Amino acid sequence: MNVLLDNLSLFREGFIGTLKLTGASALVAIVLGVIVAGFRVSPVPPLRIFGTLWVTLLRNTPLTLLFLVAFFVVPKVLFPDLDSFLLAVAACGFYTSAFVAEAVRSGINTVPLGQAEAARSIGMTFTQTMRLIVLPQATRTVVPPLSSIFIALTKNTAIAGAFNNVDLFNVSKTLSNDGYDITMIFIWITLAYLIVTYAINGLFRLLEHRLEVAR
Amino acid sequence: MSASVLFDAPGPKARVRNVIYTVVGFAALLGGIAWVILRLNEKGEFDPALWDIFNYAGIRQNILDALLATLKVFALAGVFSLVFAVFLCVARLSDHKPVRWVAVAFIDLFRSIPLLITIFALWVGILGSLTPFWALVVGLTIYNGCVQAEVLRAGINAVPKGQKEAAYAIGLRKSQVMTLVLFPQAIRSMLPTIISQLVVTLKDTSLGFMILYPELLHSARLIANNTPVNGVYPFVQTVAVFGAIYIGLCLILSWIATWIEKRGRRAKTGIKVASAKEPAASEVAQASGTTVLTVPDPRGETIVDTTPDSSS
Repeated sequence: MNVLLDNLSLFREGFIGTLKLTGASALVAIVLGVIVAGFRVSPVPPLRIFGTLWVTLLRNTPLTLLFLVAFFVVPKVLFPDLDSFLLAVAACGFYTSAFVAEAVRSGINTVPLGQAEAARSIGMTFTQTMRLIVLPQATRTVVPPLSSIFIALTKNTAIAGAFNNVDLFNVSKTLSNDGYDITMIFIWITLAYLIVTYAINGLFRLLEHRLEVAR
Repeated sequence: MSASVLFDAPGPKARVRNVIYTVVGFAALLGGIAWVILRLNEKGEFDPALWDIFNYAGIRQNILDALLATLKVFALAGVFSLVFAVFLCVARLSDHKPVRWVAVAFIDLFRSIPLLITIFALWVGILGSLTPFWALVVGLTIYNGCVQAEVLRAGINAVPKGQKEAAYAIGLRKSQVMTLVLFPQAIRSMLPTIISQLVVTLKDTSLGFMILYPELLHSARLIANNTPVNGVYPFVQTVAVFGAIYIGLCLILSWIATWIEKRGRRAKTGIKVASAKEPAASEVAQASGTTVLTVPDPRGETIVDTTPDSSS
């Protein structure tokens, strides 16, 4: 019963580690995802090709493989001195960005045709149409799937814990090696994840209500 | 809306600009690839001896064994999770409140725990001692069963109400209504999503890596660690080969999903087939309500969401 009280600081560290990983990766994923979604509908062919390749490759690769690439190939070949947190954020962020891009693209598809047509007819360029007309309206439909993508991201950061990042999975591994009963560890870790996932869920509900406009 | 709605048919100036962008874009893309290749070359990763390891009979056998091990877990977990999902879904839609509550709690709980932690706990021994193989299968079954149960529920809810009412009206029992009327239609309409979730199951078998189950990724690591060529460990090479295997497997499954979706869209029956959107590694629609799956519209109205994009 005392797993939690005995190791409170370790649990706190793991909890904050998970939060940090999730937050940083989410930021990377959103920025990259919106850009890649823009690429996929852009008038320039190489950008479209790049976008499609990016999404197809990343969606069909197991995240664990990406972590292998990030931790064994990238430091060896490209950038030798990155710390494990940055590598983990890159792996999680890139992986999630493919899903964000798909969500944003389907959001773009739900904006009524007339909107883009009207924007074009008053002479807006592609970037203006996207930035001022389509993306703001797409936001509304993109928010609910984004919430589930980020909850998935939260859970995916557990894999980073297996690669020497301090997070909740890492904590559970350490404690289990220290000989504590796995059942109690499991319950506490579960509770911690529930807190994070329900917080994200609540946050996005709030956002959804704020963005809700009668159409 | 297709991509072309977002921009005008290019005039002479825009055409020139597009050509410039195309050239610059391709140059940037190729430049990036060239840089990576140059770096790889600099580090001597293209040394034929490093790639030659895949010609050894032993290593080929290893890869084959690992592939079979992965497929074995995938097949078992896939089948078990679907069976489990049917039970969970029935419980979730039960008329008895306690049964429903238990199902809801179970589904919500296991969908919000990282699969890795479930598998790890099973392996360390929350249910007695499980071998890595069974820990992986049981973990995948529980997790994907929960997700698939929600998919099935979305499918059943999308079956027009009249079907159920008509079935009751001609005197079928509850179990008959489920098995003869609701499930066949739900499964048919949700098949693309179910297969997309199977892709996720396949990808998640790679978590066996963490509990030392000898599947593809694990053997990739072993091969890379155990066959140094002139003192160089062939990480880049193994990652390239095994990545290609994974992507190939997943793409085949994704194509099946898309094919079924297209086939379903042609058929003119009552309910719509969901689009084959691949759920994120665990596409959790937390709690209820915010289901991400595009639930087919029972009234047969067009769902703009499913229109294929010309750019893809």
